[in-house]
Amino acid sequence: MTEQTADLLKGNEALALAAIRYGCDGYFGYPITPQSEVLETLMAEAPWETTGMVVMQAESEPAAINMVYGGAACGRRVMTSSSGPGISLKQEGISYLAGAELPALIVNVMRGGPGLGTIQPSQADYFQAVKGGGHGDYRLIVLAPAGVQDMADFVSLAFDLAFAYRVPAMILADGAIGQMMEKVTLPPWRRRLTDAEIAERYPWAAVGKPASRSRNVLTSLELDQAVMERKSLALQERYARIEAAETRSEAYLTDDAEMLLVAFGSAARIYRKTVDLARQRGVRLGLLRPVTLWPFPTQAIARLVGQVTSVLVVELNAGQMVEDVRLAAGGRVPVEHYGRLGGVVFSPDEILEAALSQWNKTNRK
Amino acid sequence: MKRTSTDTIRREGRVVHRRTPLLTDAHMHYCPGCNHATVHRLVAEVLDEMGLQADAIGIGSVGCSVFIYNYIDIDWIQASHGRAPAVATAVKRLNPSRLVFTYQGDGDLAAIGTAETIHACNRGENIAIIYVNNSIYGMTGGQMAPTTPLGMRTSTTPQGRDARLHGYPLDICRLLRRLSGVGFMARRRVDTPRHIRTAKQAIREAFECSLAGRGTAVVEIMAECLTNKF
Ligand SMILES: Cc1ncc(C[n+]2csc(CCOP(=O)(O)OP(=O)(O)O)c2C)c(N)n1
Repeated sequence: MTEQTADLLKGNEALALAAIRYGCDGYFGYPITPQSEVLETLMAEAPWETTGMVVMQAESEPAAINMVYGGAACGRRVMTSSSGPGISLKQEGISYLAGAELPALIVNVMRGGPGLGTIQPSQADYFQAVKGGGHGDYRLIVLAPAGVQDMADFVSLAFDLAFAYRVPAMILADGAIGQMMEKVTLPPWRRRLTDAEIAERYPWAAVGKPASRSRNVLTSLELDQAVMERKSLALQERYARIEAAETRSEAYLTDDAEMLLVAFGSAARIYRKTVDLARQRGVRLGLLRPVTLWPFPTQAIARLVGQVTSVLVVELNAGQMVEDVRLAAGGRVPVEHYGRLGGVVFSPDEILEAALSQWNKTNRK
Repeated sequence: MKRTSTDTIRREGRVVHRRTPLLTDAHMHYCPGCNHATVHRLVAEVLDEMGLQADAIGIGSVGCSVFIYNYIDIDWIQASHGRAPAVATAVKRLNPSRLVFTYQGDGDLAAIGTAETIHACNRGENIAIIYVNNSIYGMTGGQMAPTTPLGMRTSTTPQGRDARLHGYPLDICRLLRRLSGVGFMARRRVDTPRHIRTAKQAIREAFECSLAGRGTAVVEIMAECLTNKF
């Protein structure tokens, strides 16, 4: 097995191969476009014969996420992937993962909705991923890949963060990233943890109770409200630590920017081009790409808001992340939204027009 | 047959009954007459007698038995309503040497969890399912379950279950029996000492079946819910 290979891969394929290389213990999924290649690639690779990774096609998304719940509860690195309707069906299970403080990886390759919607790319599940989705006061660590290389690299990042904090993590991709092919360097091979290593590293895991310790119980249930409040506050305190330490964003030509674009995922990739085009027209545009959608890079945005005259948030939805950008901006400058819906993806020129017209509006005043 | 008096037994120091070592000291929350307590004890006894404490992973469900993890001293995972067989599937596949079993009520297993039950059994997952059928939703206060007999009054069938309104009672084990993945199946009662002993034997055989990798083992225990009977 070679350590590093450069391959031309779809985002979904890169994610699957990276999971095997990471030493993932189990994948449980149910087919849905535009992410079925994840399960198909894993089945074709048959990692159960090499690394011992379990791969299963579940009978439904609720079954798949509950398989993930079971695997996570015994300290394994387990994951699932889906899109729109399937992710909605998984929400109860995701909430249980959060409540029982279990690390796991959920991948949403977004398509347009609501309902059965469309199989074309979209970013309309931002609210669902970032604001809760399931019931109760909880958070997911949400990573937004902007290309195929990120799909490969974020597997280990997501698992590492999930296990460090015992919080489920989500990779929030979209159909474009799942389907497009790019050259990608797959991450190095890591071996799966042994049973003994799991029992040692994750003393909370349900792996069979030896005489030397008391029993491990993975549950989210607590009927005593005082205890439940203490548990919930402890979780919130952990979320605060994640916000302080794990917020990630990427800036493109923001140092001298007088107007700011904010975009995530595939949108952030396309609009680097917009920034270049605007600068040719004499408007010093900069781009900020949140890499973690939760924790959200509020401070990075707030800092830039001090130097620009306006902000344009570009998303493949009707205006979701824009709410978090407005909170970060605190009313200091106008924050507008430009979006396309239903699976339509805009061109860099289209965004250039939107940016220039906002620029003119703001600077005419 | 001559009966031995308790005094004689005490004097001779013979052990006729002992506390089940795998049952914890926690005070059980079950109503008087509830069969969950009996079945918990049988599960704990079998685990103890088979020496499985260190090798067992139990999957609890949502229903009156949700706190089973407080009573039986092994590692537990508390599953969401109906999904215990899916949870158990992954736990067993990732820990093939362990005894993995679920403990579920009839609402959990035969209503909301029907798909997970059928598919785990159909795949022949090497898990055991302890299925306590009290023909009612106990925990939520006595609503109709899929297993509720015709004519039986519950809080959601106050006139008695009517097939035209609510359909017929579901005997899910009759469906499961036909699946090739099922390696062991038994239906038992826990209403008399003799029946309790045969129920315990069935639980033991179910655990043996799943440890031997012979497919899914299902033990249905016909139980009583005195509190919620109209
Ligand atoms: C998704 C979901 N729906 C509904 C409930 C409410 N609920 C809790 S227990 C239960 C029924 C349990 O009945 P059964 O499985 O027969 O077990 P019993 O309590 O009778 O032992 C219901 C409907 C829930 N917890 N989760």
